[in-house]
Amino acid sequence: METANGPRKKKKTIRMIPQARTPALEQDPQERARNFKEVNCGYRVEDAQLEAERCLMCPDQPCVRGCPVNIAIPDFIQKITDRDYRGAYDVITASNLLPSVCGRVCPQESQCEGVCTVGESLEPVAIGRLERWVGDLAIKEGWSNIPYIEPSGFRVGIVGSGPAGMACAADMAKAGCEVTVYEAFHEPGGVLKYGIPDFRLPNSIVDEEIGKLRQLGVRFECNTLVGRLFTIEQMIEEMGFHAVFIGTGAGYPSFSGIPGENLNGVLSANELLTRCNLMHARDFPSYDTPLQPGRHVAVIGAGNTAMDALRVCLRLGAETVSCLYRRSRTEAPARVEEVHHAEEEGVQFHWLVSPVELLGDEQKNVRAVRCVRMVLGEPDESGRRRPVPEPGSEFEIETDMVVYAIGTNANPIIGQTSKLKLNKRGYIATDESLATSIPGVFAGGDIVTGAATVIQAMGAGRRAACSMKAFLGLRDTDSVYQERPGGAAASLFGIDRAEHGYARVRLPR
Amino acid sequence: MNANTQTSGYEIVARQDFSDVTYLLEVRHPMLAKAAKAGQFVIVMASEHGERIPLTIADYDRDKGTITLVIQAVGKTTREMQRDLKVGDRLVALVGPMGIPSHIGHAKKVLCVGGGLGVAPVFPQARAFKEAGAYVIGVLGFRNKDLVFWDDKFGAVCDELILCTDDGSTGLKGLVTEGIKQAIAKHPDIEECVAIGPPIMMKGCAEATRPHKIKTMVSLNPVMVDGTGMCGGCRVKIGEVVKFACVDGPDFDGHQVDFDDLMVRLQRFKPTEREANEKFNENCRMRSIPDAAGGAT
Repeated sequence: METANGPRKKKKTIRMIPQARTPALEQDPQERARNFKEVNCGYRVEDAQLEAERCLMCPDQPCVRGCPVNIAIPDFIQKITDRDYRGAYDVITASNLLPSVCGRVCPQESQCEGVCTVGESLEPVAIGRLERWVGDLAIKEGWSNIPYIEPSGFRVGIVGSGPAGMACAADMAKAGCEVTVYEAFHEPGGVLKYGIPDFRLPNSIVDEEIGKLRQLGVRFECNTLVGRLFTIEQMIEEMGFHAVFIGTGAGYPSFSGIPGENLNGVLSANELLTRCNLMHARDFPSYDTPLQPGRHVAVIGAGNTAMDALRVCLRLGAETVSCLYRRSRTEAPARVEEVHHAEEEGVQFHWLVSPVELLGDEQKNVRAVRCVRMVLGEPDESGRRRPVPEPGSEFEIETDMVVYAIGTNANPIIGQTSKLKLNKRGYIATDESLATSIPGVFAGGDIVTGAATVIQAMGAGRRAACSMKAFLGLRDTDSVYQERPGGAAASLFGIDRAEHGYARVRLPR
Repeated sequence: MNANTQTSGYEIVARQDFSDVTYLLEVRHPMLAKAAKAGQFVIVMASEHGERIPLTIADYDRDKGTITLVIQAVGKTTREMQRDLKVGDRLVALVGPMGIPSHIGHAKKVLCVGGGLGVAPVFPQARAFKEAGAYVIGVLGFRNKDLVFWDDKFGAVCDELILCTDDGSTGLKGLVTEGIKQAIAKHPDIEECVAIGPPIMMKGCAEATRPHKIKTMVSLNPVMVDGTGMCGGCRVKIGEVVKFACVDGPDFDGHQVDFDDLMVRLQRFKPTEREANEKFNENCRMRSIPDAAGGAT
């Protein structure tokens, strides 16, 4: 067996590699549609070996650029081939602390796998499944990469313990800062805990990854609603934080404003998922949180959240579960794998259908959705073809539960309680470095961009950490240090003036 | 309570039982006591398997670092808390203060109305108005004389206090709306009214003040999960607009609130609530049998 340092085999070509993508073991659709165990059981070691063979080790490495956190993907795949699994884990965790999470929930088809060279002629390398396999192996083996950390003396406060906050916390802790993460719920993890269901991302995996952050010295303070219990300004001015990152998520579900939305049985996907996942309503009454069971459920929207809601309803025992989406399957924003899984499990998809009214019975429970059929017209500003209603095509779908999964608006709490500048849609305004209008306060993730994906939030958390390090004058270990242009004027006794971390005096207020 | 919850959680430092359904818990949380303002609420989880329930802050003591909750045992969770919680126990979760604080303006004469579970939450508002220099008229409604509590506390912050009981065993016989009518008749210059209680009572209050065009603020307590705007379960109709009570409220203009909609939405979990209550009753019966009690605890 050759090692990474030894002589390489001659250059692989597309004909030499296993042509078909290695399938991952999955639970049978009929069976899994009634349980909350993971659908995708992951690779075995032989599967991982076989799939790793499929990487061409192309010099161009488009996958690395396609990854929002730029994991050195060919390097970790090479380590798998070399059977240096610990080494593969080290390569991944140099960029991403949460491989078990990202391997499961990233939309790989539009990121690393979407640009994979192999994908030009065959199915792309299953990078996500390999990443997950490495991450899960690390959990099983108890590996963690806890470097020796030199304390920098800075205190960093992080608002929100979801993916953005976790990524930022990890980077700042590694930079020697004393990091405290605040979470309003009683458990950390954010959307990874309350939103994504166990059959896609088990909460035990999230807890493992949070455990790694704790090993880095990160403190988690739950039951803390920042803004109301104390403000962002207080964190900087009174509580002694040198920098703050806000990653609170979008968190204010949208409804479409059609008649009947206040009927009972109509709820947001966030509410459904939180009750089921975080609050364990599926185990009612041994857990106290209730969830009215739907027999015929209609979910509006076709993003990942909609897929989660659809599949949760199946597992809660619904007889029929329908997805209503006003565009066609091609435009559906969900991961391809999720739509595929939902279809296998028996979800009925109604493409090009838009609800116009929710109809109720005498007890004000929802009984039907009145819909109109749509046709795709000219492309809109998002580049997708705009759906337009087809006149006279109205019809009704019988239902006793309607779930809205059409996105979120900006959560108002931070805006209500601080002087932070917001943009006109109510999200926190930041510059390119993710700095907000208050010095030392950075923001990233859904509260800046509106609803996006887990990995995009993590990418934002890391970018904010990078800016935060520059703000605190901590040298960013990721970038090679270069003397600033400007020569002597920019330096003081040979020390870069921008690097002001070497001495810091806090004046009493 | 297991060893784990002894070291974390929020300690109950006092408990008082006002009646067989109403009880008071005073909980230590110095930061929360410092941040709390009139009209805000908290979310409480009593146990690991518990649900998150919103409760309006009935009082806070910044020196002692405690907040006070007055709870009515109506559902499974509140009944279980009534049965189990004692001084020294810890709540698993306590988060807040949530919601926009009540706007305490410069009204010179205000009416603070509390009925049933709303008596305690209206106290911080009455006190805040008093501190702002207003002439405060309190109107409190109870079923009968034995259920009356905090009349002394209100007495200290109200310039006038009108007690109403359903059976007339003390004070005025009738609903709080009777008290409101009496107060308005005596004081035509009332500028503002705050009413907190069950939706049907707040609706009655809003109707009682509407003809007199007295601004009436009500505090809504719909079903919610997180209390931070994330779930949307607490959406209420204010005029033609839908608002989330947790982050856009909980105080709203009573003349705009669609109370019928609110009352329907509060019925959302009736069947599951009934099931939980029945299970709880059964469990209580099991506990009362000495042999089974050992197994249950």
